[in-house]
Amino acid sequence: MAEPKIIGFLCNWCSYRGADTAGMARLKYPPNVKIVRVPCSGRISPELVLRTFRAGADGVLVLGCHIGDCHYTSGNHRTAKRMPVLKKLLEYTGVEPQRLRVEWVSAAEGEKFATVVREFTETIRALPPFMETMQGREQGARKQRSGEKGQGEKGQAVKEAAWTSA
Amino acid sequence: MTEKIGVYVCHCGSNIAGVVDVAEVARWAGQLPGVVVARDYKFMCSSPGQELIQKDIQEMGLTRVVVASCSPHLHEKTFRGACARAGLNPYLFEMANIREQDSWVTSDKTEATKKAKALVAAAVSRVAHQEALEALLVPIDPNVLVVGGGITGIQAALEIADAGDHVYLVEREPSIGGHMAQFDKTFPTLDCSACILTPKMVSAGNHKNITLLTWSEVENVSGYVGNFTVTIRKKARYVDEAICTGCGVCQEKCPKKVVDDVFEVGMARRKAIYTPFPQAVPNYPVIDRPNCTFFLKGTCKACEKFCPTGAIKFDQQDEILTVKVGNIILATGYDLFDARRIPQYGYGKLANVFTSLEFERMSNAAGPTGGRIFLRDGVTVPKSVGIVHCVGSRDQNYNAYCSAICCMQSLKFAHLVREKTGAEVYEFYIDIRTPGKGYEEFYQRLLEEGTHFVRGKVAEVTNVARVPEEEDRLIIQVEDTLIGKQRRIPVDMVILSAGLQARKDSKEVAKLFGIACSADQWFIEKHPKLDPVATMTDGVLVAGACQGPKDIPASVAQGSAAAARVLSIIGQEEIEIEAATAIVDEETCVGCQQCIASCPYQAIVYLEDKGKAYVNEALCKGCGTCVGTCLPKCISLKHFTDEQLVSEMIGAMWAMNQFETEALEVA
Repeated sequence: MAEPKIIGFLCNWCSYRGADTAGMARLKYPPNVKIVRVPCSGRISPELVLRTFRAGADGVLVLGCHIGDCHYTSGNHRTAKRMPVLKKLLEYTGVEPQRLRVEWVSAAEGEKFATVVREFTETIRALPPFMETMQGREQGARKQRSGEKGQGEKGQAVKEAAWTSA
Repeated sequence: MTEKIGVYVCHCGSNIAGVVDVAEVARWAGQLPGVVVARDYKFMCSSPGQELIQKDIQEMGLTRVVVASCSPHLHEKTFRGACARAGLNPYLFEMANIREQDSWVTSDKTEATKKAKALVAAAVSRVAHQEALEALLVPIDPNVLVVGGGITGIQAALEIADAGDHVYLVEREPSIGGHMAQFDKTFPTLDCSACILTPKMVSAGNHKNITLLTWSEVENVSGYVGNFTVTIRKKARYVDEAICTGCGVCQEKCPKKVVDDVFEVGMARRKAIYTPFPQAVPNYPVIDRPNCTFFLKGTCKACEKFCPTGAIKFDQQDEILTVKVGNIILATGYDLFDARRIPQYGYGKLANVFTSLEFERMSNAAGPTGGRIFLRDGVTVPKSVGIVHCVGSRDQNYNAYCSAICCMQSLKFAHLVREKTGAEVYEFYIDIRTPGKGYEEFYQRLLEEGTHFVRGKVAEVTNVARVPEEEDRLIIQVEDTLIGKQRRIPVDMVILSAGLQARKDSKEVAKLFGIACSADQWFIEKHPKLDPVATMTDGVLVAGACQGPKDIPASVAQGSAAAARVLSIIGQEEIEIEAATAIVDEETCVGCQQCIASCPYQAIVYLEDKGKAYVNEALCKGCGTCVGTCLPKCISLKHFTDEQLVSEMIGAMWAMNQFETEALEVA
């Protein structure tokens, strides 16, 4: 079974430092998550998450400061409102909503960071690879469409994971 | 790919190299698109390590640099500096964190090496899209605003004024001095508070570089570090400061007496025209409008009749002042915990239960009893006194934190009570905390003086007697945890050592100045250890008890520290503003103004004439919340553009996909 591929978007001030704290405490966690540093979790547009899935990620982790502790006062308030909507949207389009996890991790919470990563990696490991789900869904959709209308739109290949396509 | 990228993989001794195959990572990185050189080296952050990068930039004409080593929070600045020294814009550098987020957290060496490769691929992919940025330089206005005229604010103001820069010292009350002016003696040296404070107040009042604005409040703040515009409301005193000599005749002649619940905490009365205390700075009185007979009934004007200089001006209006400053120091202090919130301690119901501040006033020679210790009847000297520690502090029901000053304050009270009355004194404590110079010695002294220490949290203070000797006394019910028994100790007087808490309007004040409050409403500093007086808002500093409970020495130290920070900023004359700011693409902006609503700093304005949003770079802190909000993607954050973040993510994904394919091939 292929290893889950996970991208974590971490805010610079709390969560990225929290990940550093986990490192300084030499806490061990699975290597699946690759961290992309953003200034604030408020910077993470829903589109960024969607593009990450489109690139083949099996899971996306969004970590920000605790509410009230945002380095930018209220950037994470946006995250708190935005991400649940995005999760609903994912669910609506047939993507398991648990592929996106949002957590608040402070700079001191190395232990929490490691726990979240461990749990999330296990959650994702229990799911089929994202690309498989999507292909399965598309085939299903195509069948349904051809059955209904007698003609099928071409399923768009959902792969952006080529080096130059950024 | 036209970029020439150099990749440097650090061993960090064995920190990284002990787990990650650094040579393999460097070899692998060498074949990534755009990479012209990839090296591994023992310590990249060392001088030879940095010189290696500089040499390659100069000799090979590198246009981008990636260092795979520790966290950017540790050495991003170091390597940016190395790039800059070699003539490469520092924003064309990127770091891959293969220590804190790889070698230190991954047990499996093969996996760690793979992860390092993926992180390097991400950084290489990102760096190719990075753009050169120039930090914006803005001039610094050398004037400084200090908010709060307690000992902290006075100290900060004096330090700055002595250095030759101008200070506006704003105080809400009619006089500067703050809580320290109310105290009697100061621990552990027992020197009188007024004796050490008054000279400083006078210096602040007379200083040619200090504009004292008492009876004033800040109403509005706009701008950014170096360039704040502050609106201050100078409330009407109804006294012309230019003419008033501070002779005090008006206060003598005023027929109206009012309970002074601010400075004398309800222990004494003052007149309707008053200075809070004799040594007030400035020494001009204030008319208490809601209590003044003239303002209430339209007749009286006794003060006006007797004023020898004609300084009383009943028609005076509030003044709105606008000042320009470059830096702001908040030293707004604390509120005392309201002991009424703990009904079982009886404050407000049982006459002889006092708060610590009431005791301070009573013990103060200039206070309502002339420094004598009496029960509430004003004549009876107590024969036994109980002092209750941690009132509202270290208590999950009220404030969980330790108020830091109450142990020492309570020890001081015990000493003063014994000195002045010879009464038996009982201290009821959870733990005695005396971490300060000379503090533990003071505690030892009190032990030797014969104060009784009872270890246990007081359950109740009551006047309901169970035995005849408890009649007409206050009984302190406590579990003495050292002997493991419940005790009832009858005393004549109880002093509640109430804790400190944040000002009740600290949240609004924080909002006004664009800083943040902790869950307990204290102002949050930039870093609890390494940057204790700065805040996340450049140019706004915090000092003293507004940041958390503090005694006088710590407050004064912070006042000086904040002043030093401000002076170092003023000394730079110009300040660099974060280059990673948001920018609006005017071509595509539809003027929906969603970004304006999302900005925590009011850094985005709507240009009415163009119908577009515009980012004030000096105000923008680069959080990117607007970018996450803008649906048509017309606003972007420099150094964290969509392109850069996506290419970083794609780089990591590409590497992970590669490893997966390789694994499949092997299988």
